[in-house]
Amino acid sequence: MEFGYYPGCALHGSSSDYEQSVRACLDLLDVRLRELNDWICCGATAAHCINHQLSQALPARNLALAERDGYKELLAPCPMCSMELIKTEQIVRGDADARQKLSQVIELPIEGTTNVLNLIQVFQRIGTERLKSLVKKPLEGIKAACYYGCLLTRPPEALRFDDCERPSSMETLVEALGASTVDWNYKTECCGAGLTMANEDTVLELSHKILKNAVAHGANCVVVACPMCHVNLDMKQEDIIRRYSVKHDMMIYYLSDLVGKALGLSDHELGVDRHFVYRG
Amino acid sequence: MSRIGVFTCWCGENIARNVDVERVAAEVAKLPGVHCSVHTKYMCSDPGQALLREKIASEKLDAVIVASCSPHMHLRTFRKTAEAAGVNPYKVEMANIREQCSWVHHDRAAATAKAIDLIRIAAAKVNWNEPLEPIRVPVTKRVLVVGGGVAGIQAALDVAEAGYEVVLVEREPSIGGKMAGLSETFPTLDCSQCILTPRMVEAGQHPRIRLYTYSEVEEVNGFVGNFSVTVRRKARYVDISKCTGCGDCWNNCPMKKNPSEFDYGLGNRSAIYIPFPQAVPARPVIDRNNCTRLKKGKGCGLCEKKCQAGAINFNDEDKLVTEQVGAIVIATGYKLYSIGRQQDNGRMSGYGEYGYGEYKDVIDSLQFERLISASGPTSGRLLRPSDGREPKNVVFLSCVGSRDDAKGLPYCSKICCMYTAKHAMLYKHKVPDGQAHVFYMDIRAGGKNYEEFVRRAIEQDGARYYRGRVSKITEENGKLIVRGADTLAGVPVSIEADLVVLAAAILPAQGAKELARKMNVGYDEYGFLLESHPKLRPVETAAAGVFICGACQGPKDIPESVAQASAAASKVLVMFGHKEMTRSPEIARVDEKVCAACFTCVRTCPYHAIDKAEVRSRNGALLKRTARVNPGLCMGCGTCVAVCPSKSVDLSGFSEQQVYAEVEALV
Repeated sequence: MEFGYYPGCALHGSSSDYEQSVRACLDLLDVRLRELNDWICCGATAAHCINHQLSQALPARNLALAERDGYKELLAPCPMCSMELIKTEQIVRGDADARQKLSQVIELPIEGTTNVLNLIQVFQRIGTERLKSLVKKPLEGIKAACYYGCLLTRPPEALRFDDCERPSSMETLVEALGASTVDWNYKTECCGAGLTMANEDTVLELSHKILKNAVAHGANCVVVACPMCHVNLDMKQEDIIRRYSVKHDMMIYYLSDLVGKALGLSDHELGVDRHFVYRG
Repeated sequence: MSRIGVFTCWCGENIARNVDVERVAAEVAKLPGVHCSVHTKYMCSDPGQALLREKIASEKLDAVIVASCSPHMHLRTFRKTAEAAGVNPYKVEMANIREQCSWVHHDRAAATAKAIDLIRIAAAKVNWNEPLEPIRVPVTKRVLVVGGGVAGIQAALDVAEAGYEVVLVEREPSIGGKMAGLSETFPTLDCSQCILTPRMVEAGQHPRIRLYTYSEVEEVNGFVGNFSVTVRRKARYVDISKCTGCGDCWNNCPMKKNPSEFDYGLGNRSAIYIPFPQAVPARPVIDRNNCTRLKKGKGCGLCEKKCQAGAINFNDEDKLVTEQVGAIVIATGYKLYSIGRQQDNGRMSGYGEYGYGEYKDVIDSLQFERLISASGPTSGRLLRPSDGREPKNVVFLSCVGSRDDAKGLPYCSKICCMYTAKHAMLYKHKVPDGQAHVFYMDIRAGGKNYEEFVRRAIEQDGARYYRGRVSKITEENGKLIVRGADTLAGVPVSIEADLVVLAAAILPAQGAKELARKMNVGYDEYGFLLESHPKLRPVETAAAGVFICGACQGPKDIPESVAQASAAASKVLVMFGHKEMTRSPEIARVDEKVCAACFTCVRTCPYHAIDKAEVRSRNGALLKRTARVNPGLCMGCGTCVAVCPSKSVDLSGFSEQQVYAEVEALV
């Protein structure tokens, strides 16, 4: 199996542990990732706040590069990136005028033929049956709260991925690895995302609520598939202690961490030991 | 060639401002066939009509053109006047020089020229107009009412009281509809059952109402005044002529745990049951899917053993009965939008975030009605479904599915603001130390005493109103956590509730569309039945003789449904007031000698007014097949004329010859 790979800024910066985990895990599953040559930022939250055309042109350029290099399918492990890419891809495919204008802006031909995937979809492609058969160390004792955050399923009309209010795709995968999952209430709530820089109080409040709810429902770890969620839930636990005097001491795994662990990779190989909250 | 009189109208300044009426009258006097051409200030006034009568007599006119406004406005007026003066009404034409000329043009010279053209066209046509006689059809003076809710009952009783027979068909085992299940009604808080059940009994016992419950309309044939309706009487397994309604059967039935439809699943009923104690008829039915005997074909039979009247009949089968009626009233009512993920329309996505169907204490508004109703599953004590405790904090959400084009329906369901205020009020009366919270978008309380009612809920009964939407409902430690926004205060709100009531949007009842199709009644994209004019013909439909009332036409409260039902009844009575009906003769006719019997017209006719017929010789030998127009059904739309490949269909009053003449006059 082979996918074009769009890491996005986070995976090459603050969340390099995510990239390490994704690569290690997919390598073991014989999935080849071909990193897009000369990719640029997807625009994230900043672009669409400033300039509508910019917010389409940035992802459009990346899509055009994927077409140039012949990638039919492109993995973007960050849900912000995959959402921006999918939205633009739909505009390019559905609107000839917009396609032409964007093509002029980015100075590259673009057709809108790339299928953008998130990490969950790649594991779905591999299949739960195959994953089950490859498990070396079943994840017994893990009671995972699967956390989708706001962007993995939204906006539903663009992403058309899972039930936007009550998703369950991650649970299916995690259970296939031998872990159990908990039914909880904050699966699709916002962690505060980028406000972590500008308005930390909000992020602490939201992340604290999420962790508290996961604990209350019996989870002993949280599973995410988003670098931003990981930052807020993992790194901010120290600040939550300072602010609320509550120590959640909750391990926050990327989905690929759990897959990797079940397939026999060590925490060190996956970069799990680089997380802020780490119990060896 | 006809002797034509042209009457050009000033319409005060309306026409004369932009059209030189005097010149028009002088010019059109030169047209072939025109014997007199006059103009007057107001043709529709008494002096104008007198002028028409006088000229018809003095000039011996046999055709008339009135050049004034739209035929929609006054064609009937002028036809009547001309008829009184001895001219066939179908020899009267109008040239619309107001809406289509003086009102839309400012260049006086050009408008005058156009007015002359319009009259020239009319003159060319009227030369070919044939005198036509109205079609007379006999009227069967019986009415079919479909749906036995409050609207259907009202319509049925009104017509029956006026002295005509009524066939009332209801799908459920009892009449009463949604209203029979309501607790109390706004804005007077009178008990719903107390006001409805006497009407139900009246309808059930009326000598002129034939009641078919547990029955559905299978097929409708015929046309206005002469419908033949086939009704499917579903197997009830109880002979209602023998049954006394004593209750021995349902009290002894061992299959007691079937969710009650009448209580929207909050209570249980036995396999043989009456939906509620005041049912009309108070006769049970057996639910064949849950009866041991009917499922296995043997065993149990306890009801049969206990029945002293010998009314149980396990071999009962569906029966078809045919009824002849002259008019039909549809009153099929509504259902609630399904709030959860399951949607019958892929365009709607539901509200998974509210946990309806997953959390027992998230219920819809009709379920809440049952919970506070004295005849409900809790005998009128408000106890929540999950653990039977009295809820101390109840959150009401309005507009669940209404006014939400993204996930639900774009329209306002109209009654939810009012019943939600009523719910908050009744809740406070039942649980004086409880608190009602209401999330709303706007409060729409237009109606007599309605706004005052909502204020009472807020001011006297202390309901807390939050203008804003709820984003999510979750369950924690037996509490429902309702998170939403108060957009007036600009703050997020989180309420720990014991019970949440969702005011779901209103949709037409299941099967309304299919029924409408059987009767050639139109419906909108949501399935609400279409009236033929939103203001002036609110209970008539595109199908002659078929009327609509109640929530099948759009969301409505009880007073409005009842008013509309009486309106529909009065329209039926207007029809029945005549010995026979007259219909416009401007309909299609087939030249049976030419017809090639391809039946393209049969397939394209939107009113199913064309039949396949046979022409036979005197000794019965088949000469040829042909299409034949049913004059009782044809609406004169002309679709068949356009599609006929052999040009053997034509429209009386709008023949192809007439249309060609009009075009020729113009070019």
